Amino acid sequence: AQEKKSSLQAEAKYPDFRGEADWFAGRRGRRHRRRRGRRSPPRAGPIRRPPPARAMAAAPRGEEAAAWSEEAARLVWGGAVPLQVHLHDADVTALPPPPPFLTLGPRVGYFPLLVSTIKAHFSSSLPPGVDTVWFEYKGLPLKWYIPIGVLFDLLCADPERPWNLTVHFRGYPADILSPCEGEDSVKWNYNNSLKEAAFIITGNSKNVMNMSQADQLAMWESVRKGDLNSYMNISTKLKLGPFEEDFLVRTSSLGSRQGSDEPESPGSVKPCRVPVRLYVRRVQEDLEYLEDAIPVSDWESVSYINRPFEIRKEEGRRITTLEHALETLLPEFFGSKPTARAAGPEPAAATPDSAPDDSDTTPGTPRDREPASASPQEMDVAKRARVKLVRIQGMALGLDTPFLWVANNLRNPECFLHVCVYIGA
Amino acid sequence: MISFSWQVQSSRDNVHLYDFHIVYSFSYKVPVLYFQGLQAGGQLLTLDEIKKDLPPHSLQLLNESKWTFITREEHPHLSRPWFTLHPCGTSDWMKLLLHKLGDKDRSLQYLPAWLSVAGQAVGLKIPLKLYCSS
Repeated sequence: AQEKKSSLQAEAKYPDFRGEADWFAGRRGRRHRRRRGRRSPPRAGPIRRPPPARAMAAAPRGEEAAAWSEEAARLVWGGAVPLQVHLHDADVTALPPPPPFLTLGPRVGYFPLLVSTIKAHFSSSLPPGVDTVWFEYKGLPLKWYIPIGVLFDLLCADPERPWNLTVHFRGYPADILSPCEGEDSVKWNYNNSLKEAAFIITGNSKNVMNMSQADQLAMWESVRKGDLNSYMNISTKLKLGPFEEDFLVRTSSLGSRQGSDEPESPGSVKPCRVPVRLYVRRVQEDLEYLEDAIPVSDWESVSYINRPFEIRKEEGRRITTLEHALETLLPEFFGSKPTARAAGPEPAAATPDSAPDDSDTTPGTPRDREPASASPQEMDVAKRARVKLVRIQGMALGLDTPFLWVANNLRNPECFLHVCVYIGA
Repeated sequence: MISFSWQVQSSRDNVHLYDFHIVYSFSYKVPVLYFQGLQAGGQLLTLDEIKKDLPPHSLQLLNESKWTFITREEHPHLSRPWFTLHPCGTSDWMKLLLHKLGDKDRSLQYLPAWLSVAGQAVGLKIPLKLYCSS
């Protein structure tokens, strides 16, 4: 499979799962591979920027640009981060201290789901009593509801393989982490996110709320086990993708409980909204080498932005790129619009349900004051220089990557696209 | 984001301080109420302790209504876990509240109408003046 030339590599602007990023470590007992036999040397070079875009004339047509490929889904679901889990010193009650535990953390999985195997490994060293398990990297408690792959992409600027983490069985930091009751909490969080994604995509959560018990259970099991086949059997029924450039989503009366002899109403036609979760990490403005990035010491230095991107056709734009999406969602770091990011409409000034645009207008804030000093082009260049890295599913993506391809192929099982952005500030 | 605080005398010696934030949700396109309670000494209150402070009709609303229920969520701006009234039902009950109003009235009345339901669920007393002024 590694040798086969994949259709993904046909276009330079599409991310190359096998080339640029080597996070693919496989699951089901296969040990992680070294980076093609060479370690990444210290000071290997400046932060690699993906190759520049080809001429737009060579770009694929809209449908090809957006196409969902099963191969990509298998790679995403199959990806895993090699972990080396150390038991926190204060939790060690028996000498000699136990060796660290090596395991694979599925990229689309969650840390609490690993607890049973980790606990089994450390059981002889643990103090008696009730355990409250939490994970920590360089002093930062890890948020358990963020997928493992996202945490790795966000917190390990220079990917560490294996990723050295510490597990704690006591002293849960309740002021920083919301409580976690093991697998149930993760399942609830997954279902909640799925409902939110459904609401974003179709305008309501009916398709998820009306899933049969059996389907709900089967879907969760497929996520827990990383079983893409079972997942696809159920997820296709939900009709939550793939997204299309035509941007028309017909909201049907799927799941409506009105009498079945009523003809299904055509519903309204709305622009396509893509669920996105952004994690913006501030690094040094002059950062050149990823390994020099200051580690994240608290969650205040990471901005979490949970905001859908609405796909709109614009004059003169053939394909919506990743850059266009980020311009809209993070206007103060991308794009030429003035700085105030829309935190929402002034409450009295807009009717929330009729939607402040998610696209490129910033509602409720004065918009027309450009700073006198720099031209828009200069500002653009300056702003883009602050963006050090955009990482999705472990890959540094070029800003010219077609956004629909990214949204369709790199999203997580709960239908959210998680994007890590490193900003020099 | 709108924020305000509220003090509750929970018992003879105990005062609890509540912080409320109203934040806009881009996913659900509705306002969302976030809140947390603190003991006088600064310790966070658990959900059970908060429920003890709620008036009975609020508890009833929370238990019986499918539209209003409290969950624990990460505060969108403060990066800490807060309690929230889950927003998934909001647009449904707002449609019911506002369906007779024209567009202009709807935007003026939206937030007070929303607060009349959300506030009840968490025991807030909204001054009548808020509804009487235009």
